[in-house]
Amino acid sequence: MGDYAYAAPTSLEEALSVLESQANDGQRTQILAGGTDVLVQMRSVDKEPRTLVDIKHIAETNELSIGADEIFIGAAIPSAALNENDELKGLLPGLIEAADLIGSTQIQGRATIGGNLCNSSPAGDTIPALVVVSAVCVIASPGGSREVAVGDFVTGVGQNCLASNEILLGLKIPRPRNNSADAYLRFIPRTEMDIAVAGAGVALTLDDGGTCTSARVAIGAVAPTVRLVEAASAALVGTKVDDDALSAASAACSDAASPITDKRGTVEYRKKVVGVLCKRAGGIARDRASS
Amino acid sequence: MSKLHVTTSVNGQPEEVLCEPHQSLLDVLRDELGLTGTKEGCSTGDCGACSVTLDGRLVCSCLVLAAEAEGKEVGTIEGVANPDGLHVLQQKFLEHAALQCGICTPGFIVAAKVLLERDPNPDETTIRYWLAGNLCRCTGYDKIIRAVQDAATELAHEA
Repeated sequence: MGDYAYAAPTSLEEALSVLESQANDGQRTQILAGGTDVLVQMRSVDKEPRTLVDIKHIAETNELSIGADEIFIGAAIPSAALNENDELKGLLPGLIEAADLIGSTQIQGRATIGGNLCNSSPAGDTIPALVVVSAVCVIASPGGSREVAVGDFVTGVGQNCLASNEILLGLKIPRPRNNSADAYLRFIPRTEMDIAVAGAGVALTLDDGGTCTSARVAIGAVAPTVRLVEAASAALVGTKVDDDALSAASAACSDAASPITDKRGTVEYRKKVVGVLCKRAGGIARDRASS
Repeated sequence: MSKLHVTTSVNGQPEEVLCEPHQSLLDVLRDELGLTGTKEGCSTGDCGACSVTLDGRLVCSCLVLAAEAEGKEVGTIEGVANPDGLHVLQQKFLEHAALQCGICTPGFIVAAKVLLERDPNPDETTIRYWLAGNLCRCTGYDKIIRAVQDAATELAHEA
């Protein structure tokens, strides 16, 4: 068993080489962004010493760009900084709300969307919100970079496809077109700082007459990984996203959910609530897209 | 295990410390620098007793490694009072009896100070949400909220 060590590489090349050289020495590595999950887990469930590789001093992970076609959110940017960016909030209100739901003011000062994704909890609030806006993970590997859709990134409870010699640099998101909007809602028993019992994200585009031309619906905390519910999307496309359409999408979400019963909710309760959240988030996304 | 040499600034004073790679900023503030005003509650980022600022941003010092403070400016409760007396927030916490056991108080004051610097006139809802990450088992929170509101009013008059 190795010792604890800390490295703060200042370039991507250096970071990748730290990961590689530590692995060659038989030393475990752990990427550190905001640390709000990593440090807690390191002191409780998994105390094995490791080299912490802080990615907050790398240019790529701190990049936040809003281009004509694409938005890039670096993996080291704390939620508080995203929430202070009015342009980003205007373009992706659902995603930023999802990030803003995670933890207290203090946690927001450190926690990152990239970290939430890499923690890969079934209840991670940003994951459904990322899936509905078609976010893609930009991953640096020793041989270059690769891209993986967020929906394919998380492979199980706490598991994802990031290899130990790779770094998530950030999320690439197509810039939403006119008459497009997203929304994310979750249910918790209190108003602040809890883990989702269920969550639902909706992103949709309307035509000039208010008819939905495309929709993506994803649900969280009701299966081992986030679920993109295509039947719910289909229930919205071609409609004015009225009550009937939203009820059909809601039913599709309840059907697609396969939750567990635990201290936060039962199977029956979660299936019902995720449908309600889809309906409400769909209404919010519709109103945003038509305003 | 080799110790790390960290150069940082705490309440405007340059500090150099040797720390373990996995040692928290909270532990270094308390055990190496003797700044025991910052309290340890849960050590999991839930209670806010260890709130400090890092380059002006409110964080839990239990969830920051001391090594991460390299080159940063750390602000703790010890830096809140003015040379000539208590900060308005500290005075108002006393006047409103916004504390009983006092363990949560440094965290509340550090957090409230950041809020008032960003938003000099917050409404009650804003204050309650901003301070939702600071837990208090004694007061029931109302006195804390009133102390922050009163401090905001007084700071506005001073400005």
